[in-house]
Amino acid sequence: MKEEIIIAGFGGQGVLSMGKILAYAALLSGKEVTWMPSYGPEQRGGTANVTVIISDDPISSPILDSFDTAVILNQQSLDKFEEKVKPGGFLLYDPYGIKNRPTRTDINIVEVPAMEALFEIGNAKAYNMLLLGALLAARGTVEVEDVMKGLKKTLPERHHHLLDANEKAIRKGIEIVQEKLLPK
Amino acid sequence: MKREDIIKPENKVAGKPRLLNDKDMHYCPGCSHGVVHRLVAEVLEEMELEDDCIGVAPVGCAVFAYSYIDVDWIEAAHGRAPAVATAVKRLHPEKMVFTYQGDGDLAAIGTAETIHAANRGENITIIFINNGIYGMTGGQMAPTTLEGMKTATTPYGRNIELNGYPLNISDLMTRLDGTCYVTRQSVDTAAAVRKTKAALKKAFKNSMECKGTSVVEILSTCNSGWKMSPVAANKWMQENMTQKYALGDLKKND
Amino acid sequence: MSNDKPEVMLMKGNEAIAHAAIRYGCDGYFGYPITPQSEILETLEALMPWETTGMVVLQAESEVASINMVYGGASTGKAVFTSSSSPGISLMQEGISYIAAGELPALIVNVMRGGPGLGTIHPSQADYFQATKGGGHGDYHLIVLAPKSVQEMADFVALGFDLAFKYRTPAMILADGIVGQMMEKVVLPPQRPRRTNEQIMKECPWAATGDAIKRGHPNVLTTLELDSAQMEKNNERFQATYRKIEENEVRFEEYLTDDAEWLVVAFGSIARICQTAIDEGRKQGLKIGLIRPITLWPFPYEEISRLSKKTRGILVVELNAGQMIEDVRLAVEGRVPVKHFGRMGGIVPDPGEVLKAIREKLIDEQE
Repeated sequence: MKEEIIIAGFGGQGVLSMGKILAYAALLSGKEVTWMPSYGPEQRGGTANVTVIISDDPISSPILDSFDTAVILNQQSLDKFEEKVKPGGFLLYDPYGIKNRPTRTDINIVEVPAMEALFEIGNAKAYNMLLLGALLAARGTVEVEDVMKGLKKTLPERHHHLLDANEKAIRKGIEIVQEKLLPK
Repeated sequence: MKREDIIKPENKVAGKPRLLNDKDMHYCPGCSHGVVHRLVAEVLEEMELEDDCIGVAPVGCAVFAYSYIDVDWIEAAHGRAPAVATAVKRLHPEKMVFTYQGDGDLAAIGTAETIHAANRGENITIIFINNGIYGMTGGQMAPTTLEGMKTATTPYGRNIELNGYPLNISDLMTRLDGTCYVTRQSVDTAAAVRKTKAALKKAFKNSMECKGTSVVEILSTCNSGWKMSPVAANKWMQENMTQKYALGDLKKND
Repeated sequence: MSNDKPEVMLMKGNEAIAHAAIRYGCDGYFGYPITPQSEILETLEALMPWETTGMVVLQAESEVASINMVYGGASTGKAVFTSSSSPGISLMQEGISYIAAGELPALIVNVMRGGPGLGTIHPSQADYFQATKGGGHGDYHLIVLAPKSVQEMADFVALGFDLAFKYRTPAMILADGIVGQMMEKVVLPPQRPRRTNEQIMKECPWAATGDAIKRGHPNVLTTLELDSAQMEKNNERFQATYRKIEENEVRFEEYLTDDAEWLVVAFGSIARICQTAIDEGRKQGLKIGLIRPITLWPFPYEEISRLSKKTRGILVVELNAGQMIEDVRLAVEGRVPVKHFGRMGGIVPDPGEVLKAIREKLIDEQE
């Protein structure tokens, strides 16, 4: 298998760390993986994106012109990356703050009202984890168990009390997508 | 009485330190470097540091210091001796590491390295030869050149408006928390030479005991650069240099 | 740290350099922060190797101080390194020339960013000339290693140090912002012990270790030689070393060159982008192959010359306005067209762009 993923949004939304946890989970399940961020001033609130490639085989280019899956968290990123999803691929996006919704018909578009759902679970900081859950449900790229192992490894010990809250957010993300995709 | 009757150990009144080799020095007659070299060699020998020291030579007249004193040396790029010495001491904390620098090397091109090494409190000794002029390149203005002093690049005398003020960098270094000992000495009289020797001993001891940065500034003459006889140069130094750069211990942490 | 076994980890190329240096048994790092490579210093400070291996880590006041600290450490036979990015590497050039002239082993890492000037913090390969042709004054060369992956970032630390000590000459890892900032799986080598002072005295009898009596004579490390006849002899000695390196240390990697009609030459992370472009081109029936110089100096002139005899055209892909292409042209000696495709100032082409360039600049021109 090989999955090429772009995650894009504002700096501060946890785009890079979401990609990192995904990459770590893939590594733990024995895959090859690259994590390539757009780096720089983005860290301070501009747009941020990260390309994560997960594959059974060694990965050539860490930089891509098209993606199997896009996780989109703001309008600029939607405008930029909608056209770069491969036909038949997946576009997951949070409609919060989106004025011009995606229009393509040759890809699977999954709306994930993540910002809204955060209020439900009462954890404003787990935004990226909720979206990660949505991605797992839509694509099955990695197992939740590996994500939790990855989280445990990447989170400093002093933050381990947050593991449960993160898992809850991931499960919520899975739930949202499963509900949307089930009727199909 | 024959010559052989006189040359006997019990008649010896002065000698050359063993670490100072027999190579002909390139320094001009009357230059202070020769005296300071001898003192450094004497102190290293007396403190038995020959097998425990690494010197860092500058760019300037003393660039060939490594040719005359038989210990391990590293010749640094212009101004960078304190950075070189920083790494050497950190990688060899058991060794006595010293730099030997002139005023241009230490207080112009190497100001950043000097200040930061001293501010980190690197456990090194900085021997600072201040003669107020660039000797090696032919007598140009140094940061320490006095107001009104004629050099190749201030042919009408140092003009403050054009060239700024003489830099008293040792005074500056007393204000840094990393320095443990800052002193200004000279080698123009026998008494001054003895004092300088004691200062070097103290500085080397500090470095071995890792007490912080020690700075031994030595007011020196450059009679060829100053275009004076050695005697006149000594007198000029006493009358002028010491006015701007007062002799004595500037900082002593103990 | 329990580093006695190889360890699989996920990390950035910059972080891999820091981990690999500690595990190599490196004695010291001296550096100054600059994007996109500050993680090297940050990771070293976080790992606190002075408490485990005894390695010294120091944030210097400038790149000028850093490289001169490396000069000092290397003069005493220690395995020391520094890292920076393009503008900082420019500041270090004087010191690098001294290290080369002092015949000192040292490692310098350049994680290139777009220039000239303060430029951008984004990836670039525009320091190829500076690294391979001698960025400082005088006739000297650096051994230049160009990593394409996080794994090679880690591996080239040991390779760079080993070559530097073998030939008593500085080595450079010439990386770019992509490979510095990218995370990948990396297998870190087991921890090696640092050399003892006794070992250093034995292996580096030239080093100024401060043991004049034990050794029997003082060691003086200087790059000054006012006797021109002697200075020429010194230069001849340096050049003899460079010829030996050219003979023994050329490294490169080939991809699908056996039946290639068209050849791409690229180094570092860009070679991987080209590889994906070539895969796509092959699907479209185009016989394209790739040669990736791993050592940029010494350059694989002979291999490129050999390949040029069985290809119809060559495209050199670089993140610059055309630098390595000059070496490729020297190797090809006009046998086939050699074209350039590059992006500058921090822009990185994607595989689609590269394939388009292969078609337009190479294939369409001739068919």
